[in-house]
Amino acid sequence: MMLAQTLLLAEEAHTSDVEGADLILPAPYDLLWSLVIFTIIAVVFTRVFLPKIQKVLDERAELIQGGIEKAEKAQAEAAAALEEYTAQLTEARAEAARIREDARVEAAQILAEARRRAGTDAERIVETAQRQIDAERHQAVVSLRTEVGTLATDLASRIVGESLADDARQQRVIDAFLTDLESTVKAEG
Amino acid sequence: MGNLLAAVVSAEATDSGESKSYIQQMFSSDGFHAPSITDFFPPAIFGDGTIFEFNRIMMVRVIAAIALIALFWFVANRAKVVPGRLQGALEFMLDFVKDQIVEPVMGHEGKRFLPFLTTLFLAIIFFNITGVIPFLNIASTSLIGLPIIMALFVYVLYLAQGVKKHGLGGYLKNSLFPPGVPKGIYLLLTPIEFLQVFILRPATLALRLAANMIAGHLLLVLCFSATQYFFFAAAGAMKATATVTFAAGFAFTLFEIFVALLQAYVFTMLAAVYLNMALEEEH
Repeated sequence: MMLAQTLLLAEEAHTSDVEGADLILPAPYDLLWSLVIFTIIAVVFTRVFLPKIQKVLDERAELIQGGIEKAEKAQAEAAAALEEYTAQLTEARAEAARIREDARVEAAQILAEARRRAGTDAERIVETAQRQIDAERHQAVVSLRTEVGTLATDLASRIVGESLADDARQQRVIDAFLTDLESTVKAEG
Repeated sequence: MGNLLAAVVSAEATDSGESKSYIQQMFSSDGFHAPSITDFFPPAIFGDGTIFEFNRIMMVRVIAAIALIALFWFVANRAKVVPGRLQGALEFMLDFVKDQIVEPVMGHEGKRFLPFLTTLFLAIIFFNITGVIPFLNIASTSLIGLPIIMALFVYVLYLAQGVKKHGLGGYLKNSLFPPGVPKGIYLLLTPIEFLQVFILRPATLALRLAANMIAGHLLLVLCFSATQYFFFAAAGAMKATATVTFAAGFAFTLFEIFVALLQAYVFTMLAAVYLNMALEEEH
């Protein structure tokens, strides 16, 4: 309060024709210059500056939008590639499994074939051996028959004293002997 | 410090018969000069007494306008998709008008008024802030003419938009006879609404802005001229009072920056609200 009083006392009387009402009643020059200045600002800003800046802002928005779209596209592409690789991998695995299966089947076939061939060989060998044995036996029988016949005839001639020179008779005796012998062997065997 | 200097300058302007040099006057005091309304009516630079009278305040307005236009000229012509600091700062202001004023008040429809309201906001900030710029030291909006012109732009715009949308009769009916009240109430309500729409809205817009700026200027001048007086003319312990008044001047300078922004916000916000009321289907 004292401060205010000091200030008031210190103030010199200020002579002026300005009244308080002038603060809210505009002078014509005030209105004129205000109108000119503000109109210039309004026109320049709304017609030139703000559209220019807005254009840049729109460009930015577009760029950001474009960037997002690009990223989305790249992501979709990556996902598609992954799917493709997965599909390829699955296919490759299936292929490998199939090849393995084929190989196993083939191996089994080869084994079976080999076994079959071995069986055939064995049979053939056995058959050949059998045939050889038969032939040899036959030969043995023939030669035995000849020799046993001669031997028996000689023996019988000596015992009987009778020459069994007669071939027909000789043959008959041998046959009878051999038939006898064979039936004996069969009965025993 | 600049404010102190400029307070002296404006003191000098009112004391044209002063024979002391500028420097002498700066570091002396020939008594306390209280702020007065003569500050708002400085002597004419040219065209004294005519409608073209051009004085210090007009010059401050021109300087503020040139600064505003130059700044946006510079930025708008170099505007890049990836903004620099200056562009970023200006874009922040543009976004503020869009996101804090126009869209909350008017919604999507407000988009077509965004350029005008943005211009209004920026212009008021620049015109207000001259009140604390050293050597300018007076808000361009503290002389009532400029607030009146800006209020008139808003006034004409909202009346025109209201009539354009609802037709003359429709707009008058909408604004003078708000629906949903008993018929008798209109006797009371219609005159009030008439005053509101056609007189009070633009008048309060202009007066609020001018009064705030006038008060701010008077406060600053009071603080700094008191500092000048106490420091150079007062004796002894009273000299120390200068510290207090200087600190007060410093604080009020910061406060005035805040008021300059706040009043721009209030003016633009109300302009948006009035526009929206004119466009609304029903009250």
